[in-house]
Amino acid sequence: MSEGNVGLTGTKEFTFGEPPDVVTLESGRKIGPVTVAYETYGRLNEDRSNAILICHALSGDAHAAGYHEGETAPGWWDAMIGPGKAFDTDRYFVICSNVIGGCKGSTGPSSPNPQTGKPYALDFPVITVSDMVNVQRYLIDHLGIDRLFCVAGGSMGGMQALQWVSSYPERVMSAIPVATTLKHSPQQIAFDEVIRQSIMGDPAWRKGNYYDHGQPQNGLSVARMIGHITFMSDTSMEAKFSRKLKNGGYGFSLEDDFEVEGYLRYRGDSFVKRFDANSYLYITKAMDYFDLSGDLFLPGKQRVDSRFLVISFTSDWLYPSSQSLDIVRALKRRRIAATYCELKSTWGHDAFLVEVAEETRLITNFLRGITATLSPLHHDFPGSRNHETAASPAENRRVS
Amino acid sequence: MRGERNMEARIDHRIICGMIRERATVLDLGCGNGDLMSLLVRGKGASVQGIELDDEAVQRCVEKGLTVFQGDIESGLADYPDGSFDDVILNQSMQEVKKVDFIIGESLRVGKRVIVGFPNFAHICSRWTVFFRGKAPVTPHLPHSWDETPNVRFMSIRDFEDFCRSKGLRVLEAVYLGARGTLTCCPNLFARNAIYALSRQGDREPAFPPAGRE
Repeated sequence: MSEGNVGLTGTKEFTFGEPPDVVTLESGRKIGPVTVAYETYGRLNEDRSNAILICHALSGDAHAAGYHEGETAPGWWDAMIGPGKAFDTDRYFVICSNVIGGCKGSTGPSSPNPQTGKPYALDFPVITVSDMVNVQRYLIDHLGIDRLFCVAGGSMGGMQALQWVSSYPERVMSAIPVATTLKHSPQQIAFDEVIRQSIMGDPAWRKGNYYDHGQPQNGLSVARMIGHITFMSDTSMEAKFSRKLKNGGYGFSLEDDFEVEGYLRYRGDSFVKRFDANSYLYITKAMDYFDLSGDLFLPGKQRVDSRFLVISFTSDWLYPSSQSLDIVRALKRRRIAATYCELKSTWGHDAFLVEVAEETRLITNFLRGITATLSPLHHDFPGSRNHETAASPAENRRVS
Repeated sequence: MRGERNMEARIDHRIICGMIRERATVLDLGCGNGDLMSLLVRGKGASVQGIELDDEAVQRCVEKGLTVFQGDIESGLADYPDGSFDDVILNQSMQEVKKVDFIIGESLRVGKRVIVGFPNFAHICSRWTVFFRGKAPVTPHLPHSWDETPNVRFMSIRDFEDFCRSKGLRVLEAVYLGARGTLTCCPNLFARNAIYALSRQGDREPAFPPAGRE
C-alpha cells in the first residue's frame, strides 16, 4: 500500500461557551467563551462512524499532519496520519485539536481575557486532563459525531484517551493509549515541579504577567531542556552525542563544550520562540493532577465495550512499561479486552513519535480488527488478514 | 516455540476447538501466532484472549484481529479475577514453563477448566533413540536438539496422569494423538501428543461437548 501525505492543511477554530452558557471546569471555576483550534483529515462517512480523535502531548498542537502554507516541517504525527498510514485518512476521519490551556489557537493563559481585553495570565483557571477532554467533547458534538471510532495519543495524549473512556465510555469504540500512565507518579510530578520552578524562578516571568515584555527566556529554555532529557534514553543519548565535543577539545571555560549541551541549548532556545511559558505551567500541572487509579478509571458498574490497544516502549523511563501494565491490569480486573504490546526501542519516551514502523503495523491491524467486528459481513479491506480461514505458509514459519 | 507448526498441530487445534463450548470465554496461554484463537472465534464464536511473549507472534495475533497480552504466562495470569474464563488453554506451552503446578493452579483459578496439550516424551520413537542410540530424542514431534529446545519439562502421558492424581485434578477428557490421528491403544507408547481437559476435583463437572475426533 502506498503512503501519502494529507497535503496542505489549515487550523480551524470553534468557539462555544459564550456567557451565560459558560463551561464549568473540574475545579468548579467557570470559563467562557472557549475557543478550540482543530484540524481534520480525511472524510467523515455517511453514518459518521469513522472519526478518530488524536490527542497531542505536552507541547503538541492541532497540526498533527500535512503542511501549513509556507512551512517545510509537517505536523507532529505526520508519519502516522495520512493516506495508507496507521491512521489512514482514506478510511478514517481524523481530528486533532489543541488542548484548553494551550497556546496554539485554543483558549489558554495567553488568550485575551474577555473581562480585561488583556491576556489571562494567571487569572486563567487551572485546568485538568478531564477539562481537556470535555472541551474536545464540545468539538465532537459540534462536528456531529456521536461515537468516536477511536481515541489515540501518546504521553499526555494517552492520558486524554484514558480520560475519554472514563468520562464518555459510550462514545468511544476503541482507545489507543501509548507510552502513558493511569496517574502521574511522584517522579513525574517531581520533574514537572522542577520544570515549573525554573520558569517561575526567572525574574522575567513577572508572576505570569510577562506578555508586554516577552517570554521568561532563561526559565522556559531550562524547563524545556529538562523535558528533553526525560524524553531520551541513556542509549539514545550515547548514540546521538556520546561525549562528542563541539570544537574538538575542552575550552576550559563554562561555554557549551559538549554536543549534548549545544543540543539542549538549541532545543531550549527554539522552544521559547514557539511555546508560551504559562501554558507550560498549566499543562504540566494538569498532567500532575491526572489520576485515574483505583475506582476512578471507568467508574461505575456499567459494561464497557470499548476495545483497547495499550503500547509501551522498552527504553521509556519517563512513562515506563510498568505504568502501561497498570492500565492493562485495571482493564483485566474489569474484564475488558485489552491488547498490550511492549515495543522494543532505544529511543526512550520519544519512541512514540519515532518508532513508526512497528507502531503502524500494530495500530493499522488493531483498527481493522475493530472494523471487522463491527461489520462481520464486509471484510473488504485490501490486504486484510482478519478472517483468513487457513494459515498461510508464512504463518507456519518459525517466529522466534 | 509455538510458532512452529506441523500437520499434527492443526489436528490438535481442531480437537481443542471440539472441546470448547459455543460462545465460551477462553484464555490461550502461549497463544503463538493466534491460529488456535482464530479457529475458536470462527468455529465457536468464542470470546478469546491470548498471552504471548514473542514480538512477531504478538503482531500476528493483532493482524488477525485478536486480543493479546504481551508478557510471560506467569505474570500475565496474575491479574485476572477468579472465574474470568470458561476455559484456559495451555497447548504446547506447559513443557516450556517451570512452575507447572502454579500455572495449572492459576489457570483453574481464572478458568473453570484448563485444557492442556503437550508432547509425550515417552513416545516409541523417543524411547528408541534413547535406548538404541543413547541420545536425547530428536523426532518429528520433538524437533529440537537438547541445546536448542525451549522445553524445560519432559513428561510422559503416564507422568502427567500421576501429576493430575496427586494434585487432585479431575480429568474430564483425554485425547491422544498419534502419527495418523487419534488413538486409544497404549497412548503412552504410541501417542505423540496428548490433550487433557481438566477441572478441580470436587468441582461440578462443567458441561462440554465430546471432542471432535479426527
